[in-house]
Amino acid sequence: LLQAEIFQEFAVQEESVTFRINLSVLLDCLTIFGTSSLPGTATALRMCYRGYGYPLMLFLEEGGVVTVCKINTQEPDELLDFDFCSTKVVNKIILQSEGLREAFAELDMTSEVLQITMSPDKPYFRLSTFGNAGSAHLDYPRDSDLMEAFHCNQTQTNRYKISLLKPSTKALALSCKVSIRTDAQGFLSLQYMIRNEDGQVCFVEYYCCPDEDITEAEL
Amino acid sequence: MKCIVTGGNVKVLGRAVHSLSRIGDELYLEPTESGLSLRTVNSSRSAFASFLFAPLFFQLYQPGGPQPDGELLRCKVHMKSFLSVFRSLPSLEKTVGKCLILLKPRANRLVVQLHCKYGVTKTHNLAFQECERLQAVFDTQRCANSLCAPARVLAEAVVHFPQTLAEVTLGAGPGGKISLRNYVEEEAEPRKTMVTELWLAEDEFQTAAVAPGSRITFCLKEFRGLLTFAEASNLPLTIHYDVPGRPMVFTLDDAVLEVHLVLATLSDPENDLQPPTTNGVSHLPAPSDDFADDLEAYMIAMETSTYEEGSGVPPSPTFPLRTPHPAKSDPEEEEEEEEEEEGAVPGTPPHKKFRSLFFGSVLTPGGPGPAPTQEVLAEDSDGDY
Repeated sequence: LLQAEIFQEFAVQEESVTFRINLSVLLDCLTIFGTSSLPGTATALRMCYRGYGYPLMLFLEEGGVVTVCKINTQEPDELLDFDFCSTKVVNKIILQSEGLREAFAELDMTSEVLQITMSPDKPYFRLSTFGNAGSAHLDYPRDSDLMEAFHCNQTQTNRYKISLLKPSTKALALSCKVSIRTDAQGFLSLQYMIRNEDGQVCFVEYYCCPDEDITEAEL
Repeated sequence: MKCIVTGGNVKVLGRAVHSLSRIGDELYLEPTESGLSLRTVNSSRSAFASFLFAPLFFQLYQPGGPQPDGELLRCKVHMKSFLSVFRSLPSLEKTVGKCLILLKPRANRLVVQLHCKYGVTKTHNLAFQECERLQAVFDTQRCANSLCAPARVLAEAVVHFPQTLAEVTLGAGPGGKISLRNYVEEEAEPRKTMVTELWLAEDEFQTAAVAPGSRITFCLKEFRGLLTFAEASNLPLTIHYDVPGRPMVFTLDDAVLEVHLVLATLSDPENDLQPPTTNGVSHLPAPSDDFADDLEAYMIAMETSTYEEGSGVPPSPTFPLRTPHPAKSDPEEEEEEEEEEEGAVPGTPPHKKFRSLFFGSVLTPGGPGPAPTQEVLAEDSDGDY
């Protein structure tokens, strides 16, 4: 979610505009000047969309060189709506990303699932894997310096396919904080807060549904 | 068994595990009264390493009560699994304050728990297998030659050899100089071979009690793991070696840690029997102004030396490879023994072969002796091991 404030100019004439474009193409265009950022250089971006049927126009400028990209738009798909309602959140914690980064990088990938336990009692917040070597548990106490907010009302243990969560580690690497919320059905919401150089914040949100076969956790 | 490691020692433990992982695929944990021993052996059983951490290394050390058979519980785990706990050494140093190792025989789990910064706890529950004692039989007292040098000296020497180099020969030259040379197979074409040889002066070593002209060839790869540990811990490394073919032992010692690396060495039967001056092979050319000429003569000598078979030379001694049967053998141990029996080759094997080290069981010290015609090269070492 990129808030309007991030942009120097933001003008949308209709209530909401939705279209679909190829993500890797978009990424290629945005990084057309290269992915490394040298100090002192900045790439400027201007995005325009004329409306239904028109391509998305990207104007990129760096050091006097201008590139124009036209990306064809497609019919938007139904957005997968997990119906994750903020008012129905059962457990919520906000952690400083620093504490999770290494943990996520070292997760035992031979485990098919990542189990998340959130509870008002010990172990408070626990990430568990069950891999070839055995089980591993990562515990964060509620009074940890990393814990910015801790609102757990009910003990919940949910398992999520680790392959679905691994991609979120990129956002984790860039973020300064992450909010972890679960609802009554065990749906998981991860919200990563990313602060850019100007101090502007934007959010990357992940939603994940729990794994069907929920079995007793091994201790 | 329960033990707690704190502070800087957590990193030492991590480095030890990394070092052991360079050798074997299984880590043997053996709590003893004199400390916790971590051991491993490579698949061809030509390299054995053990790290013995004294009780003082730990904040808490409880080896545990004896099992019904009177012995303390020993177990082995997959090296990869144990290593994954200590995977990142920098992060161990930065974030881990305490490491707890707990053996839970009833739950069949070895628990390794790291207490990290910010109150975070990482708990690993690893599956383990009970096992027999892993002990290579060796005796540093029986090694005729020994050298001791700061690890740094050896590390700086070894850096000149390519990472892929398998074997290296250590030799004692004239004037007390010690040489390191990459081992070149006799079949190798001199024109396509590069020989790297470096010489260390006697004063680089803290002690050097070596027979001039003695040399020994061993696997460099397995040695590198220990060398990295030695360098990081700033401890002097002692090398004990005897005649080619007999195991050589590298040791590191400090107040709370004892490390042994035992490597099988290449045997060179013809050189043990022929007088040293007949061909250039057993005579190391010392560096001199005529070094280039010497080298050429040396290479020619290598080319022309012959390997005599059946000329009245007694067969190369082999290590008795069968371990004496322990009182009760579990399927795991039987498997190991089968492998060893397949490998037992009496007589003259091809000259380039690192024979397996002799592994003895301390459970049955007077155990069934080897066949009368076989010479026992390595007796049981003294009781501490």
